[in-house]
Amino acid sequence: MTVPEANLSAKAGRPLWLTLGLAALYLGLAAVIGNPYILLIMTLVPIWATVGVSWNVFSGYSGLLSFGHAAFFGLGAYTVAVAFANFGLSPWIGIVAAAGVGALAGALVGIPTFRLRGVYFSLAMLAYPLALLYVFEWLGLQEVALPLKREGAALYMQFADQRVYVLIATVMLVAALLVNLWIARSRFGLSLLAIKQNELAAEAAGINPFQWKLRALVLSGAIAGVAGGLYAVVLVIVTPHSVFGMLVSAQALIFTMFGGVGLVAGPVLGALILLPLGELLNATLGTRLPGIQGVIYGAAIILIVLLTPGGILPWIARWSAKRKTSTAKHSDAVHQAQHSGADDPVPPTSPTTSPTTPQATLKPPVQRVSERAGDKAAGGVILKVQGLSKSFGGLQAVQDVSFEVQRGEILGIIGPNGAGKTTLFNLLNGFIEPSSGSVSFQGAELLGRKPFEICRAGIGRTFQVVRPFARLSVLENVVIGAFSSVPNDALAYDRALGALRQVGLERSAGAMAGSLPAVHLRLMEVARALASQPQLLLLDEVLAGLGGGEIEQVVQVLMGIRDAGTTIVIIEHTMHAMVRLADRLLVLDHGKVLQVGEPAVVTSDPSVIEAYLGKKWMAHAAH
Amino acid sequence: MILLESVLQALLTSLLVGGIYGLLCVGLGLIFSVMRVINFAQGEFMMIGMYASLLFFDMFGFGRVLGDWGGLAASALAAGAALYLFASLLHPALLARVTGSRVTGTEGDGHYPQLTLTLGLSLVLANGGLVLFGSSPQTIRTALSSSAWTIGPLVGDDGLLFVNKARALAFVVTAVVVAVVALFITRTRSGKILRAAADNAEAATYMGIDVTRAHRFAFALGAAVTGIAGGLIASYYPFQPYVGVEFVVIMYAGVVLGGMGSIKGAFWGGLIIGLVQQMSTLVLPVQLQNSAIFVVFLLVMLLRPQGLFGKNIDRA
Repeated sequence: MTVPEANLSAKAGRPLWLTLGLAALYLGLAAVIGNPYILLIMTLVPIWATVGVSWNVFSGYSGLLSFGHAAFFGLGAYTVAVAFANFGLSPWIGIVAAAGVGALAGALVGIPTFRLRGVYFSLAMLAYPLALLYVFEWLGLQEVALPLKREGAALYMQFADQRVYVLIATVMLVAALLVNLWIARSRFGLSLLAIKQNELAAEAAGINPFQWKLRALVLSGAIAGVAGGLYAVVLVIVTPHSVFGMLVSAQALIFTMFGGVGLVAGPVLGALILLPLGELLNATLGTRLPGIQGVIYGAAIILIVLLTPGGILPWIARWSAKRKTSTAKHSDAVHQAQHSGADDPVPPTSPTTSPTTPQATLKPPVQRVSERAGDKAAGGVILKVQGLSKSFGGLQAVQDVSFEVQRGEILGIIGPNGAGKTTLFNLLNGFIEPSSGSVSFQGAELLGRKPFEICRAGIGRTFQVVRPFARLSVLENVVIGAFSSVPNDALAYDRALGALRQVGLERSAGAMAGSLPAVHLRLMEVARALASQPQLLLLDEVLAGLGGGEIEQVVQVLMGIRDAGTTIVIIEHTMHAMVRLADRLLVLDHGKVLQVGEPAVVTSDPSVIEAYLGKKWMAHAAH
Repeated sequence: MILLESVLQALLTSLLVGGIYGLLCVGLGLIFSVMRVINFAQGEFMMIGMYASLLFFDMFGFGRVLGDWGGLAASALAAGAALYLFASLLHPALLARVTGSRVTGTEGDGHYPQLTLTLGLSLVLANGGLVLFGSSPQTIRTALSSSAWTIGPLVGDDGLLFVNKARALAFVVTAVVVAVVALFITRTRSGKILRAAADNAEAATYMGIDVTRAHRFAFALGAAVTGIAGGLIASYYPFQPYVGVEFVVIMYAGVVLGGMGSIKGAFWGGLIIGLVQQMSTLVLPVQLQNSAIFVVFLLVMLLRPQGLFGKNIDRA
């Protein structure tokens, strides 16, 4: 099933004006309403929508499902309530403090819990608010009431006119939405989406998963804390069950999933529909059917999961797209294909423009050519591997491997399946720790460094089985790699386009990665690695599964990369391509280095022929 | 001496309480180990078991006909049967759409529909329970819940220990049910099918095993086991429709402690959780009893997520 991702390529201005316009409309509606009950609901909708936004900022982007957002919400509510009731601090100050407490809680929860993945993470998150619930009961805070202020009421956030609360809540929601929009459009959201879709690939592309998840949870905790603080002000009484209870976490998740996960408008739509519905049913049937609200929420989320797992927004989008295409087929089709990741990549004839930085196309293909050419002339050893060993249980996958890579060369690694080639790459880029040995890159020791650090140090890699971020566009895939080398997003997009041009994939920039043919996926991975401006590129079977013409295409690209000055180490089984590409060959067998040298020398070595190339090769070579 | 007495009493109580927690956990563990689904609604299954047991005992006359001892045991078992039926209808209607061989083994996205679906189910059941049964706490009223056997005095005049009769009955029934489930899973053909489906759904399919049916069976059996435990707890613990939330974390804690995927581990995990909960009363105020469980739960998750009996050290 495809969960829709935040639409990162949206134009900057439109969602902003849409948000402000709808907020103004909402406030205009509140202005003409006098009924206090309806005004209360109109206050609660933006509060819960904000909680939903908070949940979405973390879970919608990172893919880590939190069942514990009540922890941040509750801490925010208690911060405001206790600061006011016990210390006389105005909620205006209390709410700012609530943001701080929420952010701090996000950090304290995140640091230990991010070690867990999947369901384990979700279960652990569940425990935090429930544990806090008992702690707050034990602290004697079963019921904290905000005192009534007769003088200077406004200074204590107390207003006779309920419409002021609607205004405050709406302003809070708009602020949260602006934060979310900023996340959606910056490297913040894109990095998280990359982590969600393929954490290993993201890490190898220079993204620090822990750091991004932590930032997201800190931000999310702050937003939930503010919402909880305002909730305390509006409801006046805070109890552990009302702010730490399971229903709080559930509501955050349900409103967001109902509206649309990962979509900025998702939680707003969810809260706007479900909350009044639940309240209305509770008001009319609540006395006879006391749990009706919970039943409705539960049933709503069950139906969403079964019928349209991405939420109702994508469903509406699909529905309206269907209607549009049936009326006006032509103009929309291309646009649709680009954004929904439909079957075929963008046809080469269509003038694809980059979503964010169209001006980038005008710039020369990066100044790295000259830099690297200088490097190559300098020559020397770029990577030195000494006595590298790794064993898995009793299996010696890599045994005492030593070799050097010269700057500017292409070193080919060959050997039978299971010889330890990919394990060697995993050791070099930090996915696994060696049992012993050392790796020095440009004189600096790499051992013990994380994959993203090694990427940033200048080693890029691709994978034997391609690891695309399938639900991001090609350009977005590549820009993930560029983020690590430049702090500026616009510049990163420039670099990404440059890398795409280098592999000849610029025409497919707008296509969804999941829709690409195999050869383009391989090239996209090369471009993603290139975008981080590596000095050394580790390529793991980039030619595997490609046809004759496609192999030629990739070989040309690789030669171009080498000529531009990037050193390459490549694992490959396609020998005819390898002997053309490689300046030297290294043969691995049973985890050991069998031979290193010129291709002609290595391929005629009897031990190499016996271990890997086989008799057929000898016969072939003899001709 | 007083201290020793209270330690011994706490140990005894934790054994009784832990046993039944073990049974609760076996139900959740069964479902998880076969279907790889974290069932959020397991606490509500327990709640349904409690109300069902109450109905059987009071309204269907199990109590009058079989007396307190027999009536309580029979009501709990009947509640288990009722949950077996309920869950075997629920599986094809809801669970099977987001679980099964299609989804087992997939990481990330695959879990989310399952988690949210069972969360929704839990909300519907708990609040539906509120609609049906109201919010006032209930128990199955018998003389057993308020009477106890006395052991001792162990040393001189000191060392008097009490064994609550309702809890003792719950413990005995638990022991029988756990033994039956263990024999069933290890010795029978159906048990082997369950284990095969749990181990590798795809391979099991190639061996001609109907994995969907095995899942339905495991789901129903897991619900039944937890339902029996609920029925037994109902004989000494006041409950209301939201009681599930109090217990569901105990179940998660036990299952994770024992090692997700190990049914045997689930039982021992539950037992240990009971021990922690009861022993913590010696040093912690009563309100923090459950916090102690959460702390143990979080520590296990963070330090040894594979649990005591888990084979798989993959955290994903």
